[in-house]
Amino acid sequence: MNYFLTDEEQMILETSRELAVKKVKPIREHYDAEGIFPWDIVKEMSNLGLCGLYIPEEYGGMAAGGSKGIMQLVLCVEEMSKICGGISLAMAASALGTFPILLGATDEQKKKYLPDIAEGKKLAAFGLTEAGAGSDAGSMRTTAVKKGGKYVLNGTKQWITNGSEAETYTVFAMTDKAKGTRGCSCFIVEKGTPGFTFGKKENKMGIRASATTELIFQDCEVPAENLVGGREGLGFIHAVGTLNHSRPGVAAQALGIAAGALDEALAYSRQREQFGTKISSFQAVQHILANMAVEVEAARGLVYNVARAVDKGATDFAKDSAMAKYYASEVAMRVTTNAVQVFGGYGYMKEYPVEKMMRDAKITQIYEGTSQIQLNEIAAKLIKEQAMKKK
Amino acid sequence: MKIVVCVKQVPDTTNIKVDPETGTLKRETAGTVMNPFDMYAIEEGLRLKEKLGGTVTVVSMGLPMAKDMLKIAIGMGADEAVLLSDRRLAGSDTWATSYALAKTCEKLGYDVILFGKQAVDGDTAQVGPSTAAYLNAPQITWVKKIREINEKEIIAERLMEDGTDVVKASLPVVLTVVKEINEPRLESLKGKMRAKKYEVPTWTLDDIAGDEAMVGVKNSPTRVNKSWTPVREFGKAELISGADAAETADKLYVKLKELGFVK
Ligand SMILES: Cc1cc2nc3c(=O)[nH]c(=O)nc-3n(C[C@H](O)[C@H](O)[C@H](O)COP(=O)(O)OP(=O)(O)OC[C@H]3O[C@@H](n4cnc5c(N)ncnc54)[C@H](O)[C@@H]3O)c2cc1C
Repeated sequence: MNYFLTDEEQMILETSRELAVKKVKPIREHYDAEGIFPWDIVKEMSNLGLCGLYIPEEYGGMAAGGSKGIMQLVLCVEEMSKICGGISLAMAASALGTFPILLGATDEQKKKYLPDIAEGKKLAAFGLTEAGAGSDAGSMRTTAVKKGGKYVLNGTKQWITNGSEAETYTVFAMTDKAKGTRGCSCFIVEKGTPGFTFGKKENKMGIRASATTELIFQDCEVPAENLVGGREGLGFIHAVGTLNHSRPGVAAQALGIAAGALDEALAYSRQREQFGTKISSFQAVQHILANMAVEVEAARGLVYNVARAVDKGATDFAKDSAMAKYYASEVAMRVTTNAVQVFGGYGYMKEYPVEKMMRDAKITQIYEGTSQIQLNEIAAKLIKEQAMKKK
Repeated sequence: MKIVVCVKQVPDTTNIKVDPETGTLKRETAGTVMNPFDMYAIEEGLRLKEKLGGTVTVVSMGLPMAKDMLKIAIGMGADEAVLLSDRRLAGSDTWATSYALAKTCEKLGYDVILFGKQAVDGDTAQVGPSTAAYLNAPQITWVKKIREINEKEIIAERLMEDGTDVVKASLPVVLTVVKEINEPRLESLKGKMRAKKYEVPTWTLDDIAGDEAMVGVKNSPTRVNKSWTPVREFGKAELISGADAAETADKLYVKLKELGFVK
């Protein structure tokens, strides 16, 4: 389908594809098996200018002319994820960690932190989830207590992508528990701050080239000027805003994984022979492939449209963003499962890439809000929208 | 530091077919690419610039369509590109091409001129050395590593079949590079954007003050007498195997002795 990409978008797509095919493809299996963090690819992305696609030009990024650059981010993440959904996550999760700064930080904070992230010198990470606070993020127990010109953080964040590799962490903590979610604030915490350490690196099913760790805060003193936006109590608003902006990115990761699996399945079906003919000549196989293609394209339409709407300044896109994330991740799981089916027993083997794609796809239905949570949010919005109309 | 890199557009050898009648390449069947070795020359030029400062200018002699290839060099980070294109140059062999490139380099000014070790269509490996000869400049061919370089001199390692030669030369110098020297970078986003807008200037023989009597098919001394595809001889391979390694080795030894390879 022709999405009438602009010249710039086309160049972003081609640059990302070239990087993925030439540099990521040869190493993806090894990095997955060994759980190696892809610093070499992050360095390449930095050299190529792909780290600041969603960061405004005035802070060293590539988002120009008032656009938020979400479409640019989406194109890059999709192309990279076609080849490896784990390696692509280093930059995509950095975007997740950067959004609270983009959306809520003061100009001073932006000037201090964004240029290095845009340039790819530093990665960011987003610290919201805790052992007891997953879907119900509002029940977090990490606290930040003001003491003179500082905040003292205590608590543990769990399963934080880019943990220990990133330099810049946006961390959510309760500054006033009595106020519930209105008592939540977001802090920028730099790696190396005394009292801030990392727990164990998780051993995961998929996206194994991505680092997932605990962030441990023990009387960690953070300067008061690192309170995002300079005001307490806005943390939850920043978290929700961040997820609305970042979900098209996860959706693009899911879309890329699905599109990559479709490419593999299609190529394999045209080469594998059984019963004296290519398996692509069996209608049953053709229908699987056709269904995969329809679902991938439908997901792409949803993802691109949300991304473009956000870039053009849409304000009420939470539902659309949730729809794109929900649909693309469900498609990723179905399409990768079917890709394994088309490969038969070979698809179950690690020598073939679809085995990894199926493992990588699963996370997209879980993080940044599970599929159930997306549906909850979509339904809540639907009901609210109609109720408003009736008035 | 003025760095000039000479590059050539060649048929995409991953696709090309050979005409069995004439033994020549069926150029029309393949797309074109930048000669792969030249990518390494560009990369080395860019690295020299990053280290020593200066400019990288990429030059190609060829048809107008070679402009697209030169834009790849701009995308990678070259400062300028020049296409030398003139009907009077058509049919030039390596000697005549080297003359034209030497004149172009003279016009541009240079401290280091880089070439790929050879072009994959002709495989002569002559144009780099001949250009150096026209310029009366020292040349180091088959460079796999630049050990040291400053404004005055260079120490480089040459990839030889039996090891490494280490050569010192004064600047200006002409280098031809092998693929072991580096890993060419991809075109960056900013580079691609610049390349899209960049107008590649076209120079003619007049622009380089070239002598018409030195170039073109008439002034090219190379004569191709015949070219052919060597006949492949099948059925001459024999697989030698035994129950275990020792037996296989014994059988192999007997066979080699029989054939006179060991005494
Ligand atoms: C690899 C990985 C990387 C991650 N990276 C990050 C990161 O960088 N930063 C970060 O902050 N977090 C991160 N997370 C955490 C992730 O966002 C959470 O795992 C996710 O939000 C779900 O929370 P949970 O795992 O506690 O599941 P739970 O909330 O315990 O959910 C368990 C099940 O119950 C269902 N459920 C829960 N509540 C409801 C409801 N109200 N209605 C219907 N169903 C419900 C869920 O859909 C799910 O099926 C990461 C997680 C993983 C696995």
